[in-house]
Amino acid sequence: MMTEVDLQALRRGDEAAFLNLVNSYHSVLVRLARAYSPNREVAEESVQETWIAVLRGLDGFEGRSALRTWICHILVRIARRRSMAETRSMPFSSFGAEDDSSPAVDPDRFQRSGPYLGHWVNPPPDWATVPENALLSQEVQDVVAEAIAELPRNQRLVITLRDIEGWSNAEVCDLLEIEDGNQRILLHRARSRVRSALERYFAPGVVAIKK
Amino acid sequence: MEEMACQELVEVVTDYLEGVLGRDEALRLCQHLAVCTSCDMYIKQVRATIRTTASLPPETPSAAVEKQLTDVYRQWLANRDTQ
Repeated sequence: MMTEVDLQALRRGDEAAFLNLVNSYHSVLVRLARAYSPNREVAEESVQETWIAVLRGLDGFEGRSALRTWICHILVRIARRRSMAETRSMPFSSFGAEDDSSPAVDPDRFQRSGPYLGHWVNPPPDWATVPENALLSQEVQDVVAEAIAELPRNQRLVITLRDIEGWSNAEVCDLLEIEDGNQRILLHRARSRVRSALERYFAPGVVAIKK
Repeated sequence: MEEMACQELVEVVTDYLEGVLGRDEALRLCQHLAVCTSCDMYIKQVRATIRTTASLPPETPSAAVEKQLTDVYRQWLANRDTQ
């Protein structure tokens, strides 16, 4: 995280300090921007516009919020505006399904009646045989990245910040301007969907058809 | 206290992992886990999902992007110094 001293270096014209800052924030900025953008190019344009705005606003940064919240807030504002301009020219918004309230697990997988109402009929497969290094392999990471990219935007934003970037719930609420309860619902739906994607990947025969 | 059903557990698992589940609910959940290997597996899968998500490699700027941003910075310095 950048300190006051580093910001001074930026004001002094220290290019290395600027590139250091760019590198430490690039990942989160691109990931946030991608949630609003049709492709990487547009996302990178938003990131570039963000840095222009950050430099212009540098002297106005009063340190009331964390530097990264401030920078990410600028990015979100820019990416939102660009996305609204773009979706206006499209016949129908491609970013729908925000009101998604589907359950974490398909209801068909539980008993619908009887003394075991709500208990598993089709339980999750045993992952005990999946070694940790398989879980962290690139192929599995790709499955997760793809599942996250397919989430409704707000779920995608929350899981990106909480589980990829490791932000606290308070900072996520601050940036996205949402209540903690709402943040948790979005995180819950996002994690549930990503788990489902992994379940399909590890046991394609058992639960492949339902989406 | 009524036993927690599996279908209920999968909906409160995030509250549980976030540490915001009420005391009674948390107790019901733990009692259920003690007797249900499927739900124990489910929570392990959620935890594994979180670990894999956390392991995604960071995005790094390409040389072209770094170059563009360096230009942005130089431009900003130049504009500032002429003001």
